[in-house]
Amino acid sequence: MSKSVGKSVVRVDAYEKATGRAKYTDDLCDRSALVVKICHSTIAHGFVKSIDTTQAEAIPGVVRVLTCFDVPDHPFPTAGHPWSTDPHHQDVADRMLLNRHVRYYGDEVAVVIAEDEVAAVQGVRALKVEYEELPFVLDVQKAMEEGAPQIHEEYPQNILAHTDIRRGDYAKASQEPGLIKVEGWYDTPTVQHCHIENHGCFAYMEAGRVVVVSSTQIPHIVRRVVGQALGIPWGKVRLIKPYIGGGFGNKQDALYEPLCAWCSTMVGGRLVKLECTREETFVSNRVRHAIRTHIISWVRPDGTLVARKFEAFSNQGAYASHGHGVVAKGMGAFPQLYPCDNLECDCWSVFTNRPAAGAMRGYGIPQAMFAGESHIDDICKAIGMTPLEFRRKNLMPVGYTDGFSKNELYSDTFNQCMDKGMAAIDYQRKFEAYRNQTGPIRRGVGLAVFWYNTAVWPISLESSSCRMVVNQDGSLQFQTGETEIGQGCDTAYSQMVADAVGVPLSDVHVVSTQDTDVTPYGTGAYASRQTYIGGFSIMQTAIALRERILNIAHEQTRMPVSNLDLVDGQIIRKSDGRVLKSLGDLAMESLYSLEHSQHITAETTAQIKSNAYSFGCSFAEVEVDIPMCKVKLLNIVNVHDCGTLINPALAEAQVHGGMSMAIGYGLSEELKFDEKTGKPLNNNLLDYKLSTFMDHPTLQAAFVENAEPTSPYGTKALGEPPACSGAPAIRNAILNATGMAIDCCPITPHVLYRKFKEAGLITD
Amino acid sequence: MEKHVIQYETVRFNLNGKDVERTVDVRASLTDMLRNDFRMTSVKKGCEVGECGACNVLIDGEAFNSCIYLAVWANGKHIRTLEGLLGPNGELSDIQQAFVDEAAIQCGFCTPGFILTAVEILESGKEYTDDELRKLLSGHLCRCTGYENILRAVKKTMYRRLGKPMPEQ
Amino acid sequence: MYDMKALYQAKSVADAVALRLAHPEAQIIAGGSDVLVQMREGKRAGVELISIYGLDELRGVTLEDDGTLCIGSLTSFSHITRDPLIQQHIPVLGEAVDQVGGPQIRNIGTIGGNTCNGVTSADSASTLFAYDAVIELTGPEGVRRVPIQDFYIRAGKVDIREGEIQTAIRISRESYERTFGHYIKYAMRNAMDIATLGTSVNVRLSPDGKTVERARVAFGVAGPVPLRAETAERLAEGKPVSEETAEAFAQAVKEDINPRDSWRAARDFRMHIAVESARRAFIEAVNRAGGAL
Repeated sequence: MSKSVGKSVVRVDAYEKATGRAKYTDDLCDRSALVVKICHSTIAHGFVKSIDTTQAEAIPGVVRVLTCFDVPDHPFPTAGHPWSTDPHHQDVADRMLLNRHVRYYGDEVAVVIAEDEVAAVQGVRALKVEYEELPFVLDVQKAMEEGAPQIHEEYPQNILAHTDIRRGDYAKASQEPGLIKVEGWYDTPTVQHCHIENHGCFAYMEAGRVVVVSSTQIPHIVRRVVGQALGIPWGKVRLIKPYIGGGFGNKQDALYEPLCAWCSTMVGGRLVKLECTREETFVSNRVRHAIRTHIISWVRPDGTLVARKFEAFSNQGAYASHGHGVVAKGMGAFPQLYPCDNLECDCWSVFTNRPAAGAMRGYGIPQAMFAGESHIDDICKAIGMTPLEFRRKNLMPVGYTDGFSKNELYSDTFNQCMDKGMAAIDYQRKFEAYRNQTGPIRRGVGLAVFWYNTAVWPISLESSSCRMVVNQDGSLQFQTGETEIGQGCDTAYSQMVADAVGVPLSDVHVVSTQDTDVTPYGTGAYASRQTYIGGFSIMQTAIALRERILNIAHEQTRMPVSNLDLVDGQIIRKSDGRVLKSLGDLAMESLYSLEHSQHITAETTAQIKSNAYSFGCSFAEVEVDIPMCKVKLLNIVNVHDCGTLINPALAEAQVHGGMSMAIGYGLSEELKFDEKTGKPLNNNLLDYKLSTFMDHPTLQAAFVENAEPTSPYGTKALGEPPACSGAPAIRNAILNATGMAIDCCPITPHVLYRKFKEAGLITD
Repeated sequence: MEKHVIQYETVRFNLNGKDVERTVDVRASLTDMLRNDFRMTSVKKGCEVGECGACNVLIDGEAFNSCIYLAVWANGKHIRTLEGLLGPNGELSDIQQAFVDEAAIQCGFCTPGFILTAVEILESGKEYTDDELRKLLSGHLCRCTGYENILRAVKKTMYRRLGKPMPEQ
Repeated sequence: MYDMKALYQAKSVADAVALRLAHPEAQIIAGGSDVLVQMREGKRAGVELISIYGLDELRGVTLEDDGTLCIGSLTSFSHITRDPLIQQHIPVLGEAVDQVGGPQIRNIGTIGGNTCNGVTSADSASTLFAYDAVIELTGPEGVRRVPIQDFYIRAGKVDIREGEIQTAIRISRESYERTFGHYIKYAMRNAMDIATLGTSVNVRLSPDGKTVERARVAFGVAGPVPLRAETAERLAEGKPVSEETAEAFAQAVKEDINPRDSWRAARDFRMHIAVESARRAFIEAVNRAGGAL
């Protein structure tokens, strides 16, 4: 039988996207839609005392003005997590559709609904909002101090959550004579996802229900959140997700769908659309948590880790969104990546008056890897060991099993990945050659590894549902609740379906759009779970469908099921390999049979109670122009073990994208705020330094394929991992080049200027 | 509030090889006109201030961000959008096919703009180095691909059109 | 849709002047890559616009009989870069404007717009300063010519008077002949960026390539408007082509520049980069001029 999995087949949506025919949210919205524009707060913290809407309402074309004084009293959560029926595990419901208590510069206080965009924008400008201002706080540790501005009443010292890990006896173990203490503080920035399609949605009412079409990663979850926010039964909400122009975690939150749905209900169910501007996307959607990490390692001169302390302070911003899960995931990596017997780990998620931080590609791991992998090189520098030697000695060994997730490292992944990466970049030779350089232009190589675990079990529910329907010609449609967001899951799934059912790939049609009225339940695209989790429901549903097909084949051919098989769309008699009939003939006969007509379909839900580690590394080579305070990235290679590759070409492409994000994280991207007002300073694509075509060297992606035994397809996470280790590899390359251990990213010329000046490498 | 009188103007231009005419609100951007009046939905909105390149179209053979181009300026111009590249039977042009073959497409939102800039590059008939191609393509932002496969697609098509083998890396 | 009150499209320079007089409050729009963006931001929302974008007579580069290079104000950056006269006589200008934004911006952006918006970061401006460009304005009284240094009044404010539009930028033969220049745009990324600092240096060497006859250096973002560092220029004049001259020239730029502290970059950082850029641009210009450094 011809196998589809493992081949670099062309994306199933490639033609649609190469021709511009693929329809995204705004492409589907009727031009008659009313336009919703949001009035955002112009203070970082305070209360709205009043809003004078008179002038706005007088603007021709303005249909309705709604303010924070009009919204229903239904606090709701926004995180794209599966619902939990246990109230203790539910996400924090700290959101209102519009806010009287504004908690960041950009919070939503009112909307103007108008016949066209200009009238709506003019309406927003004409609103007169009066505030009672309160002190605000932007820094995560300042927000924890006594007397800091209280952002949410229920959370003293602004601490949304604190968790810890204790192992052995850190205090006692660190007393061992002869230990070397290595201590560092590492800061990571607030960054934004910058998918090229801004979030947008439109809503209307139909048959007493509200229909929302949205650029989201999580249609079924957003449907629930809209229900919660409007205080209506969830069945009264229908959510449709067409093609989306990227998400990267930002759209793994209910963004403006609840507000848009509510606006429709407030204008008699008319069609309304709410599209974010780029400026709004930066500030009033979600951002990546800026995390400050403090690490102390007590190390023997031979490189043995004796005791370690880890503290992470996660800047949650104004609302809980994904909350503590992000920094907790990062902390979870710490004891596993470099196992150590004596540990004290703590992490805090802390509200501040910044934009709400949510999910973003990597979910706490890029922050944890920047801190952790920078720290490893700092240890190496302190004890005089090479970064490679230290990692070989201390990284998670083969056979390591995590007690909580039951994840196991089955293969010698780390060494295999590092060997491959080293060879690609000629690491060892360069590392030695680049030591102890002098002169203004210096080169360096750096290495960093990452830890990532696939999906969310056992922290939350993992399930996926799949439906398959056979057509008269023997082709089939399938659909899942898991969403195509550019990563290519529609294609990978089609390949999986073809192999599992036993039909040619050309006979598999994916229903790309999710519509909660017809799409089986699934939680969406996040946690790099698509191929792993979707694989279970696809395999299970394919088995059910095959059983159905072979039973019908038995009826039609009188051969026992045990002697029948479906291969490449043909019903085969196993004993002699004869083709008895095609699946098309079988389906045609089955559907139109005057004796026993039946359409051929299968639908199952797979609940997944396993999980898988996905590991890899990055190697970077840089050239540092010391007088110009500039880093040029010369080479970068990522090596991943994501198990068996479903589609090597798409996997490689996905890695490139993650590497690009990591390059920006390491060198240029940071959303900045005015310390005096809390106002965002660079919330546009000119001032926010997303890498351009000219800021990259050739990106190299390589793989080590150790099949994941828990997955029916041997696969595991790849979506987020590529963004996890690039920044610390660059940082460590700069260390190799200059001897300068930089303790923050992005490593911009501003940072290098201060550092080089302090170290006397440059003088003015 | 002063009542605003909407000012309209008739624009005549050539869109994807066909002469067209529309009366538009002078406040419209070219993006607005192409998307709303002609339903050329390959013209995407990513920032509306000329920073992302998603709305790129070719005007008299040169690439422009249609979001910061007044619709009325289209008068007398030849404008091409991605819709105009397709053959009569839905055949992809070589550059579109290269984007497909090289896995240069992920979410697809930046794709139309990139392809049109690639068309301008390819129609110059010149051979460019990688660095030159990077510069010529640098007016488009992409968050999915790291630009890598886009470069491959453009380069491969350039060499194919030049009738030259692609140099080894 | 742009929030504009009215749009007037000029059909000729004379028409533009008439429209300016008839609508003194209206904003002139050339390519629009600044004006339209500001309207989106709400800064110029509700304004009346006079579009001069359609005036093809203001496009292109010509060489006048006396050797003056005359650049029509609506010539786009990409056309300047590709123009044979620019490539022959003042390639550094083509190189400088080839670093504005990205390709699409260089197709729409005009050199007139770049100078009329009065911003210090304009990539064309430092080179125009370094070549003593003259701004040509056409108004109800006819043509008026202003040295570019006088044209910039303060940040965001240039000397365009009632009824006037900028119609050309002129560079005299004396200014460009036998000179070789280099522009360094210092920015946070390699495309789609505004300059943290722009440095344009040009030199004229003695025929044997051993002595600096004349050196000019101008900066963008080293003050509220583009500026020349004349102390450094005077210092280099008549000096031998040497590393020492390059270093002294670079250090001397500190006498004349005055960058500010902003969230985009700190003053001391910009000062540091200005010195290093001046040194490198001087060396490159000297090498282009046939000197050996």
